[in-house]
Amino acid sequence: MAEYKVDRKIDIRGEVCPYTFVKSKLAIEDLKSGQILEVIVDHAPATENVPRSLGSEGHKVLEVVKIDEHEWRIVIQKA
Amino acid sequence: MVKVNVKFSVMFKDATGTTATTIDVSGETVKDLIDALIKQFGPKFGERILDEKTGGVRRFINIFVNGKDIRNLQGSDTKLEEGADVRLIPAVAGGKEFFGLTQDQIVRYSRQIILREVGGKGQKKLMRSSVLIVGAGGLGSPASLYLTAAGIGKIGIIDSDRVDLSNLQRQILHTNDDIDRPKIESAKEKLQKINPEVKIITHNERFAVENALDIVGDWDFVLDGSDNFPTKFLINDACVLKRVPFSHGGVLRFVGMTTTILPGKGPCYRCLTPEAPPTGMIPTCQEAGVLGAVPGVIGAIQATETIKYLIGSGELLVGRTLFFDALEMRFEEFELKRSPNCPACGDRPLIKDLSQVDYGHVCEVRF
Ligand SMILES: [Zn+2]
Repeated sequence: MAEYKVDRKIDIRGEVCPYTFVKSKLAIEDLKSGQILEVIVDHAPATENVPRSLGSEGHKVLEVVKIDEHEWRIVIQKA
Repeated sequence: MVKVNVKFSVMFKDATGTTATTIDVSGETVKDLIDALIKQFGPKFGERILDEKTGGVRRFINIFVNGKDIRNLQGSDTKLEEGADVRLIPAVAGGKEFFGLTQDQIVRYSRQIILREVGGKGQKKLMRSSVLIVGAGGLGSPASLYLTAAGIGKIGIIDSDRVDLSNLQRQILHTNDDIDRPKIESAKEKLQKINPEVKIITHNERFAVENALDIVGDWDFVLDGSDNFPTKFLINDACVLKRVPFSHGGVLRFVGMTTTILPGKGPCYRCLTPEAPPTGMIPTCQEAGVLGAVPGVIGAIQATETIKYLIGSGELLVGRTLFFDALEMRFEEFELKRSPNCPACGDRPLIKDLSQVDYGHVCEVRF
């Protein structure tokens, strides 16, 4: 697991799709280009949907890591 | 010292290892309970629940005491009784803000926030914007419904008519129960039901030479939902003089047309039609009729143009007139150039104030 200098972290456990993406998008909009967002989710489909949707908006998905039984960390760099 | 029963969301389970506990609290407030929980579960739990900066409970965490949100009680000073039930839940559906939007707004507008061209930024722009709709009839109905649903901050409606049975075939804001009610009253009621967040301002008056300039000057965008040439020219001239962008729309029988006018940045309605056609040359709606879905299509396009203008995305119908023929089921587009001789927006405009212009008799026929 690489270490990134995270500029903003959102814990959206409890959220399901599409709100996992909507909230991640709201958070990344608030960052500057090049800054890094970390998103914690506990909704398995979000581990594919959030990186795909943010990736299609041009942002760079740095990693998606399982950190617990039902928890994942998604790290994205704003385009 | 009180003993309370605490239930946690699974969100806290990694820190607590459990979703329920019974704990002895040495004080008697929620704040004392939080201190006791942090003592029991350690700093990891504290990080999860307390804001790093303020030291208070994080905004996204709701605490309920015996089913009541402590924000509606005394906050963290809320007193706990022996045997109280306390729940700690992340604010998934609460009213707290997340990057400038409430949970309800995030859910309500999610399908357009998802759009790349809208996003949270576009949504916030819409929520700060104001749109005036002239006429709550065939065009104004669909337009106001979509603009209200989209979350425009403030919507004005001007109309002096009452609802008539013959309106209901196309003016989908109004119902049987509204017959004889002022249209603006009927409109406001429906729109507030769709989206109570939008501020609806109503003007129960005619859009006329005397009030046109004062009224349009207050709005970011104007949507022409009027049903007669004099009003359409008046909207054009007032908006050109005040430099307020607007969407023009008109329908008759099976056809409709629309164009978007940005004064100073493209042609205006008078560049296309310098003067109103003489009475009798173009049939009125009453004589000609109109299929109800035709203003539905045009009004929806006008609402779309309004939203695009407000969020600054896409290509507007500026310098283009879109014609819709429902019978042939065809859209056609014509280029529209600014005319240097235009009486409203030309190089030496003749119209410098509205009192110079004879707008003629405003026809009472509604379509
Ligand atoms: Zn013009």
